[in-house]
Amino acid sequence: MQASDRFNINSQLEHLQAKYVGTGHADLSRFEWAVNIQRDSYASYIGHYPMLAYFAIAENESIGRERYNFMQKMLLPCGLPPEREDD
Amino acid sequence: MADLDPEIAKTQEERRKIEAELASLTSVNFDRDLYGGNDRDSYVTSIAPNDEEDSNLDATGSLVAQRLASYTAPKSILNDVARAHVEDDDGGFKPRQTIAEREGDYRNRRLNRVLSPDRVDPFAMGEKTPDPSVRTYNDHMRETAVQREREETMRLIAKKKKEAEEAAKEQKDSAPAASSKRRNRWDHAEEDGGGGKKAKASDSDWDVAESAPGIGKWDATPGRAGDATPSAGRRGRNRWDETPTPGRVTDSDATPGGGVTPGATPSGVTWDATPKGSATPTPKRQRSRWDETPATMGSATPMGGMTPTAAYTPGVTPFGGIDMATPTPSQLNLRGAMTPEQYNLARWEKDIEERNRPLSDEELDAMFPTEGYKVLDPPASYVPVRTPARKAMGTPTPMTTPGYVIPEEHRGQQFDVPQELPDGLPFMKPEDYQYFAALLNEENEEELSPDEQKERKIMKLLLKVKNGTPAQRKTALRQLTDKARELGAGPLFNKILPLLMQPTLEDQERHLLVKVIDRILYKLDELVRPFVHKILVVIEPLLIDEDYYARVEGREIISNLSKAAGLATMIAAMRPDIDNIDEYVRNTTARAFSVVASALGIPALLPFLKAVCQSKKSWQARHTGIKIVQQIAILIGCAVLPHLRSLVEIIEHGLSDENQKVRTITALSLAALAEAAAPYGIESFDSVLKPLWKGIRSHRGKVLAAFLKAIGFIIPLMDAIYASYYTKEVMVILIREFQSPDEEMKKIVLKVVKQCVSTEGVEPDYIRSDILPEFFKHFWVRRMALEKRNYKQLVETTVEIANKVGVADIVARVVEDLKDESEPYRRMVMETIDKVITNLGASDIDSRLEELLIDGILYAFQEQTTDDTNVMLNGFGAVVNGLGQRVKPYLPQICGTIKWRLNNKSAKVRQQAADLISRIAVVMKQCGEEQLMGHLGVVLYEYLGEEYPEVLGSILGALKAIVNVIGMTKMTPPIKDLLPRLTPILKNRHEKVQENCIDLVGRIADRGAEFVPAREWMRICFELLEMLKAHKKGIRRATVNTFGYIAKAIGPQDVLATLLNNLKVQERQNRVCTTVAIAIVAETCSPFTVLPALMNEYRVPELNVQNGVLKSLSFLFEYIGEMGKDYIYAVTPLLEDALMDRDLVHRQTAASAVKHMALGVAGLGCEDALVHLLNFIWPNIFETSPHVINAVMEAIEGMRVALGAAVILNYCLQGLFHPARKVREVYWKIYNSLYIGAQDTLVAAYPVLEDEQNNVYSRPELTMFV
Repeated sequence: MQASDRFNINSQLEHLQAKYVGTGHADLSRFEWAVNIQRDSYASYIGHYPMLAYFAIAENESIGRERYNFMQKMLLPCGLPPEREDD
Repeated sequence: MADLDPEIAKTQEERRKIEAELASLTSVNFDRDLYGGNDRDSYVTSIAPNDEEDSNLDATGSLVAQRLASYTAPKSILNDVARAHVEDDDGGFKPRQTIAEREGDYRNRRLNRVLSPDRVDPFAMGEKTPDPSVRTYNDHMRETAVQREREETMRLIAKKKKEAEEAAKEQKDSAPAASSKRRNRWDHAEEDGGGGKKAKASDSDWDVAESAPGIGKWDATPGRAGDATPSAGRRGRNRWDETPTPGRVTDSDATPGGGVTPGATPSGVTWDATPKGSATPTPKRQRSRWDETPATMGSATPMGGMTPTAAYTPGVTPFGGIDMATPTPSQLNLRGAMTPEQYNLARWEKDIEERNRPLSDEELDAMFPTEGYKVLDPPASYVPVRTPARKAMGTPTPMTTPGYVIPEEHRGQQFDVPQELPDGLPFMKPEDYQYFAALLNEENEEELSPDEQKERKIMKLLLKVKNGTPAQRKTALRQLTDKARELGAGPLFNKILPLLMQPTLEDQERHLLVKVIDRILYKLDELVRPFVHKILVVIEPLLIDEDYYARVEGREIISNLSKAAGLATMIAAMRPDIDNIDEYVRNTTARAFSVVASALGIPALLPFLKAVCQSKKSWQARHTGIKIVQQIAILIGCAVLPHLRSLVEIIEHGLSDENQKVRTITALSLAALAEAAAPYGIESFDSVLKPLWKGIRSHRGKVLAAFLKAIGFIIPLMDAIYASYYTKEVMVILIREFQSPDEEMKKIVLKVVKQCVSTEGVEPDYIRSDILPEFFKHFWVRRMALEKRNYKQLVETTVEIANKVGVADIVARVVEDLKDESEPYRRMVMETIDKVITNLGASDIDSRLEELLIDGILYAFQEQTTDDTNVMLNGFGAVVNGLGQRVKPYLPQICGTIKWRLNNKSAKVRQQAADLISRIAVVMKQCGEEQLMGHLGVVLYEYLGEEYPEVLGSILGALKAIVNVIGMTKMTPPIKDLLPRLTPILKNRHEKVQENCIDLVGRIADRGAEFVPAREWMRICFELLEMLKAHKKGIRRATVNTFGYIAKAIGPQDVLATLLNNLKVQERQNRVCTTVAIAIVAETCSPFTVLPALMNEYRVPELNVQNGVLKSLSFLFEYIGEMGKDYIYAVTPLLEDALMDRDLVHRQTAASAVKHMALGVAGLGCEDALVHLLNFIWPNIFETSPHVINAVMEAIEGMRVALGAAVILNYCLQGLFHPARKVREVYWKIYNSLYIGAQDTLVAAYPVLEDEQNNVYSRPELTMFV
């Protein structure tokens, strides 16, 4: 850790990671980052009601169904994690 | 100073010896008369064997009652005064004081405790039967029991003897009998019916546990317990005091007692009081002096069976613990305790020796010419002469040498060289030798056994922690922590704990050692179990230390210890101490237990507490158990609520205990529980209400006081109806006790009255008719004002009553006393009136009372001689402000007084008069007395030549108050005369003067700048630059603001020129303040008046100036906020340049300017300029200097706000998966702060990721289109 980090939020990187799941680090893989992006996206869709309504119209589903689907997709949004290559 | 002490001590010692000789020559008989014609054998070996007191209290109050030879102030006050005086003398630079010196006798009893041998850890053993050689819990319990029994027997024997003696005496004549009656217990005194005198004498036996000053409280700092000797010693003390030539026998003998004497002497007590201090040791110490002198131990021939317990109580020397298992006499001897006098002597001698030491080779080389002589080798047979005296200093022996012992010759040890320790070990103080002497031996480390090497290592590390430089300390501490398990619990604690028992330990050292223990506790964990008791012995005293932080530290250690060792071990270690005969041990154990309870949870401890509180074996156990409950309540406060009922149930039977002390402590514990639980939990106390009520009718004296206290704390928990009923019930008793002459009873009664009247449901009429007359009759007397605690309590209670019955009743009763002849009493009256009127206003006061009141405060104000606390001033201010316009008729008189006092010879009086003006200025304005104020203004103006800075400050403050209320135009003297007079005062360096002066000048600059010519303002500007150096932030802030006002008044150009010039100065603080001032000027006079000149200044090729300009820009953009949008394009080229500068500070300051700019113009359409600046900022993200990188990151955050997260994300994406880890780290850091700041916004901006074989990364939803 750099000396400069002592003063800002990065000083407690672990704590940060625990508090904000979506934060990343230098060893983050493409898959992990993508999962975070997907989950953030679904959370955002669900959180903004007009977005949800828009998707509902586009897919011809009820808003509740859309919300349910999005929530379900947050579980394994990108499928199973790829095999670790390094080990 | 330290060098003088041993000399003084020596002369005193000599004088004492001479006196002792004289006395023994001239009067051989009087001893016999006094002591009952017997020799010393018949003395009571332990003090006050059958006296019924708990020694928790301080004896401060009781000393007076004991011997009323003459009427004088209470000893406690005399002591206080003397001590305060001593403290003043050294002008705040106190010489080093050891903990033992600072503490009173009671606290020094910790030195009597013994580090008991290790105990076996039953958990570690599993199912095995313990080896007979190890000490188990059983052994320990048995030993304690034996000890207690022995103590009991001794007590009985002594009692019997004394009874026989007294019987004999009584037969002879009745006079001594009277004196012995005087010392009777409280209970008996009442029966005697001897009236006031008896009762008075018996106060001395007073010992409500909580009466010790604050000792009972966890957080209140206990007062100095210089005289807080447990009253257990009284009987013995009396006897000593009656010796015709005091200080004779005892003192010559008492010196070896170590820590005791210094505790008594600094309090500056009179000569005849000295023996008292030293002659009231605990039973143990008493014994130690007569029977267990180090000589005895040295020769290892216990005298006539008087020290049969020497095996486990060599208690006199706290160092017994080192070799407890095998205390060989010689070892004990060498490591015997040194008295502080000896240490001083040693220190002094070392200093002399240092100067007279033999010259070293280097020194000789420096002195002699390099050639012309030859250095010969000493003959092989030569052995340097070692002077025995020096040798004695090297290994200190106790005061009394146990005959001659051939000192161990040790060729490796070098006595006559200055103490320079090998491998950079820190300096060693003389008192450290006994612990660290081994380090001085220059033996070859490899020859030592592994254990010895380990021991060496621990000693080295400890010495570094104790005496080393901070860096040494840090590394040593870390090593000790890291290697704790490797070094082993045993060796570690065997070295650390004796150090903590050292009588000459200082606060800092203790703190460090305690820290060591704390750290290794974590590491050792369950390995500490065998040492729990030892650790407790040294840590428990911290719990009653007068220093708050020491207490906190002690609590922390004990709580960590209990977590490491577990409840069972803790209980096993502390159980034997619960019924220890020494009250000190029980007291500290109770406190330690409460800490354990708070660490491990009350429920875990409840079964044990229940058993202890019901102990049939000894009342001490019950007493301690109940005391634990009390301490738990004090320690954890409202957290007792969930367990309140069970805690009350555990102790309730104590109210009817056969032992009086147990009854007392039970009531006190209930009081503590009720206090902690307030305002909830009354239902838990249901079961004790009845016994308490019965109790207050049947008990007398201290028990009654404790019961009353309990009731006083329970009543506020009740519903209004019940509270009213119970208050009326208890009030009868309270009123009866109003007249109790006893100090403790007084305090408790006051407290209870306060609690009762503040309770809802107690009617004002009832208080008025039933309580007030008696209350004022008995409490509002001069004597109450003399003692600080009484004073405070009485004021508090009276204010509480006033809250119920109103202002008029109370003020009317005390107002006459404002003219009382006793000043402390007047002060008490004034403080009460002050508080009452501040709380409730003065609308109840009728015109007659108002007249009396003003008359009274004027009298009291004028007659005051010493007032360091400003009570009179505050009171005066409160009354005048309370009365408001009604003061008008009296104002001329008040102002007359003020004017007269402004002219007083004493500076303090002048200062107060000026302060009073600033307090009443607002009211004077309300009364329309502007003319009078103008007059006062002129008077104050004339006093501006005042030479005392404190007074001058107050005068300026008064002028400011007047100017504030009457305004600039009406002010007399006119502003144009006043301000030039202030200019030179700005040069004054006194903080108070500066602050008041700059406030006044700033006020004038703000409101009345036009009255003063511009040239004068410029002159002030120059003076103000100096003010920027002030230490106090308030002054600097006021100065900077004043620059703004002045610039507004006379235009920015001149002021700005002055300020820009000031950027060239060296001093950083000055420059920083100047940049702030420039920014403020820019803010007040619009930026466009300032920016051109400022930017022009950037062309000066000087680092400081350029940075100053950048900093000013940064502040400027911070202050002007969105106004910045008009200037952003103007300054962009300048910032470009700065952001490309080689100098780090340029870039840092420019980055912070950009941050403020970006935040100010967010959403105002300046994105083009900002993106341009961001391009200059971005390359700086790889900076490592903390300030620079912080500024850069903040600038990027600012950009996020102004440009939107998407832009920054696009900047980020290039580096998130960069092949170089260093680069990735930085980019992820930026990404994280971006993510935290704008998580939701990013959703729209994430890059499109290609799907891989099994994984779907695309986000099809975003492509939907209706």
